Amino acid sequence: MKTVLRYLSGYKKESILAPLFKMLEASFELLVPLVVAAIIDTGISGKDTGYILRMCGIMVALGIIGLVCAITAQYFAAKAAVGFARKIRHVLFEKMQGLSFNEIDKTGTSTMITRMTSDVNQVQSGVNMVLRLFLRSPFIVFGAMIMAFTIDVKTALVFVVTIPVLALIVFGIMLITIPMYKRVQRALDKVLGITRENLTGVRVIRAFCKEDEEIKSFDDANDTLTTMQKVVGRISGLMNPLTYIVINLGIVVLIYVGAIRVDTGIISQGAVVALYNYMSQILVELIKLANLIVTMTKSVASCKRLEDVLKLESTLELHSSGNTGLKPDMAGAADANINSNNNDTNVNQENAPAVEFDHVSLTYKGAGEEALTDISFTINKGETAGIIGGTGSGKTSLVHLIPHFYDATRGTVKVDGIDVKDYPLDEIRNKAVIVMQKAVLFKGTIRENLLWGNGGATDEELYEALETAQAMDVIRSKEDGLDEMVEQGGRNFSGGQKQRLTIARALVRKPSILILDDSASALDYATDARLRKALKCIKDRTTVFIVSQRTSSMQHADRIIVLDDGRAAGIGTHESLYKDCRIYKEIYDSQFKGAGEAQTNE
Amino acid sequence: MNKGTIKKVLNYIGKYKIFLGLSVLFAALSVVLTLYVPILIGKAIDYIIEAGRVDFDKMAPILIKAMIAVGITSFLQWLMNVCNNKITYNVVRDIRKEAMRKIERLPLKYIDSRSYGEIVSRVVADVDTFSEGLLMGFTQFFTGVVTIFGTLIFMLTINVRITLVVVIVTPVSLFVARFIASKTFSMFKLQSEIRGEQTAFIDEMIGNLKVVQAYTHEDENMEKFDDINERLEKASLRATFFSSITNPSTRFVNSLVYTGVALSGALIAVNGGAAGISVGRLSTFLSYANQYTKPFNEISGVVTELQNAIACAARIFELIEEEAETPDNNNAVALKEARGNIELKNVYFSYVPDKKLIEDFNLSVKKGQRVAIVGPTGCGKTTLINLLMRFYDVNKGEISVDGNEIRDITRHSLRSNYGMVLQETWLKNGTIRENIAMGKPDATDGEIIEAAKAAHSHGFIRRLPKGYDTVIGEDGGSLSQGQKQLLCITRIMLALPPMLILDEATSSIDTRTEIKIQEAFARMMKGRTSFIVAHRLSTIKEADIILVMKDGNIIEQGSHKELLARNGFYTKLYNSQFAQ
Repeated sequence: MKTVLRYLSGYKKESILAPLFKMLEASFELLVPLVVAAIIDTGISGKDTGYILRMCGIMVALGIIGLVCAITAQYFAAKAAVGFARKIRHVLFEKMQGLSFNEIDKTGTSTMITRMTSDVNQVQSGVNMVLRLFLRSPFIVFGAMIMAFTIDVKTALVFVVTIPVLALIVFGIMLITIPMYKRVQRALDKVLGITRENLTGVRVIRAFCKEDEEIKSFDDANDTLTTMQKVVGRISGLMNPLTYIVINLGIVVLIYVGAIRVDTGIISQGAVVALYNYMSQILVELIKLANLIVTMTKSVASCKRLEDVLKLESTLELHSSGNTGLKPDMAGAADANINSNNNDTNVNQENAPAVEFDHVSLTYKGAGEEALTDISFTINKGETAGIIGGTGSGKTSLVHLIPHFYDATRGTVKVDGIDVKDYPLDEIRNKAVIVMQKAVLFKGTIRENLLWGNGGATDEELYEALETAQAMDVIRSKEDGLDEMVEQGGRNFSGGQKQRLTIARALVRKPSILILDDSASALDYATDARLRKALKCIKDRTTVFIVSQRTSSMQHADRIIVLDDGRAAGIGTHESLYKDCRIYKEIYDSQFKGAGEAQTNE
Repeated sequence: MNKGTIKKVLNYIGKYKIFLGLSVLFAALSVVLTLYVPILIGKAIDYIIEAGRVDFDKMAPILIKAMIAVGITSFLQWLMNVCNNKITYNVVRDIRKEAMRKIERLPLKYIDSRSYGEIVSRVVADVDTFSEGLLMGFTQFFTGVVTIFGTLIFMLTINVRITLVVVIVTPVSLFVARFIASKTFSMFKLQSEIRGEQTAFIDEMIGNLKVVQAYTHEDENMEKFDDINERLEKASLRATFFSSITNPSTRFVNSLVYTGVALSGALIAVNGGAAGISVGRLSTFLSYANQYTKPFNEISGVVTELQNAIACAARIFELIEEEAETPDNNNAVALKEARGNIELKNVYFSYVPDKKLIEDFNLSVKKGQRVAIVGPTGCGKTTLINLLMRFYDVNKGEISVDGNEIRDITRHSLRSNYGMVLQETWLKNGTIRENIAMGKPDATDGEIIEAAKAAHSHGFIRRLPKGYDTVIGEDGGSLSQGQKQLLCITRIMLALPPMLILDEATSSIDTRTEIKIQEAFARMMKGRTSFIVAHRLSTIKEADIILVMKDGNIIEQGSHKELLARNGFYTKLYNSQFAQ
């Protein structure tokens, strides 16, 4: 709670003034029974019409002052709550954007989105309500008690007994129901899960005629949810009747005790009415409080969920503190010594290989086994490297290390002779651009999407990139060309079109290292071939990594890395690998000879 | 529009008539008793006049009576609560059930053209909001109305003139609430519009965070986000503040009512006479005045809540009333074990009426033949599968299996004769075993393992923490795309239906494993009619019929050799695989 509520600190003034004005309003409200008592005792007994009129005037005045105070309080509360929500959203978004791939993998996007939206809303209304009411209700309760004491100490003792009993009921029910509400929320999650599953898997479910079974499992989850809701409802429904009994019991005792006091001439009849009114005021406040508590309970749960996000820390190791300068004394240096010539870093950067892996291993967070084991290779500037291997052999893991998406668990990854951990993140990612497996376009025009690569690119540069990426026909097929709107998720483009546009986007950046992570998979062979040809023409300074399952895509690479279960099974050219690397030969043969022939290799 | 929705809601509530009746009864009784208590208290106060003039003997039984009334009231209140709970949550459960049954029968056209999130939010979020509104409506609206009438009657019995004061002034608070609500409506609308914009932005950027980071686009995003965020803050502040004026304003009106009662009551008491009023009665009246005005405040809140609830209900009913798949013909027969002769005659089909797709398509497949479908990206290969499985119905022409037009066969029996592996793998939240046995729930462990071995998934399954009993999360959880595909293949290897559809079934599996699976496929396909969609031409070459598709049309049709000899589009496609 603290980590979240910290963001209220910018609204100290508002957070103090709001309850303060609320209390002022409440104080004026508390004066009303006294005025009524005065009307009864002085006005009615004395038959003083003028006095009665004056007192009623005072009541109206109290009402007006109360109204002004209340509106002021509402304004400050709304301002604080809304501003707090804005801050929290800003911080959350910043936090999420800064998470490393490790945390992104672990957290999952859908919960991040619900946290940023519905949970923040829940907390916002919680803060708003608390500022407005949470202080007011106890204030009225205790205020009423204190006012009762000013009337008559002995009778007021009834309040001293009643209030703790009420507190016990309210908080007792709250404590019992909070964990129950959480369970309800989880049951609801399950209902949501099944509903979602039935939509995403509609084809499979229907193909296997599983509709009835799915309906049954939905009904089960739905029934569980309903039962839980009813049970919680029954318990929290006790709040009102119980407080009602206690208050009225208090009133009866109050009147009896009051009667004795009046009989002995200590207090007046009007005083008894005033005491009775105070007790009634407590009842009204408690009913409000009960509603508030439900909102509070939900807010607290949401607050905890926000806290979970805020507690996440990017685990990425960064040695540089923002400046580009090399820090030779950093951890990388020890490993760097293995390479003989790192005396002058400037010269080194010029001649150093574009990418160098030195005994690199990678274990994902929470995974038992290594995803990559002891990989070493060097790719020089301007070369093309191919990476090939079976499902789950670690191809994507390997290339994700180059732009420092993950930390290598062992060994060092160097780009231009410098450990990637020594680069500021934006610099390494400017150098090495990756086109991912899943082609993602954002809502906006095609031009806006391409400018992600480089905000300052001219149209000419954009067309050049599109040409290389074989995406010009996509632009030509669209009425508005570069200004064609891309819908959310790029729905109005086919898979192949999207892939080519994402490749173009990467090219706009003119990176020194371009990584294509199976990003031509949706292209047919002909387009794929043309794309590779075009990429060759720009390769003067660009180092290209091609990850693919097709050997044809990398046959002419300067170096091919064959991965098998996270290990390098072979590194070399197509010719040398075909001769020496059994796995490579198998892969190649499986694609270029008939399946029948390949079987003999087993 | 609202009326229709309300009627439908009432229909659902109708099932719980008895509880509704009980709830009304309890509410009325408890309100009457609640109102009776202040009368008793007032009477008691009247026995306390001044020092030495307190009549304890008469006061005691009244207080005891009050206690009994209080006890019964709270018990009735609780019972009413239980009834309301029961009605609300049962109605909600029934509506969800209905929605789910509809989802299972919705045409794929509907599901394919909408985002899952939207449908899910109808079933979950909308129903939830609806239930909250309904519950609040029951508990507050209802007792509120009863309270207003009850207090009115009680007040009238005490003093007509003071009652008139109350009745005339109170509606002012309703007008005030109305006025503010109408002013704030557009503010709330603006708020939810900006909120929607923000959610879409978050969804897009957080959903694709990896790309954002790869392009170091964080700062630009932050700027854009802050811009939306600030606009949202402004809109929210206006909406929240202006709507929160309602409460103090109506309370102010109430305090005016209270003052009015005190004033007129006191004046009547002073001027005495026959119409005079005792102090005890005045205090009763004051407490009534409070109780009478309170529901007015609440009702204005409840009305907005109810409006919201009805809007949500309308969205759910929209889903529930969506047209279902055309039901199976009455005389539709169940296809037993199909032999696998498939005929397509003059088939016309398109997803959108003005965008022609498949036109006058004919195909005849004999039992045991292999049909391969090839073509460039997005040429409509999956459309054919949609038609064969009857996920979509043809616009014109007919498709028949073993001479039976598929619209004369029950969907279940048609679909269970096909074994389907799609490129988009889908696994349900459950154990590996459950997922494999989907097509054959009564399979023995031995059969499951045998199928897994045939699909080359046994190896990785064995290495999972709990083997075949490992629970995989939503959408396959931590399994790789290739592993998921292997499991989907295992599913088919176990069920062994007479006809097969393999849509890029091995696209995510590495080529070496693929070869091994192809072998198993080859064995499985013997005697089974199969349809194969694939990129890799090596897997296609051995097909009996190759359909070459482009832009939704079948442009060439024949065996590998025939097509090569034709030197057309297929030849071009085939050669491009070896293009450098």
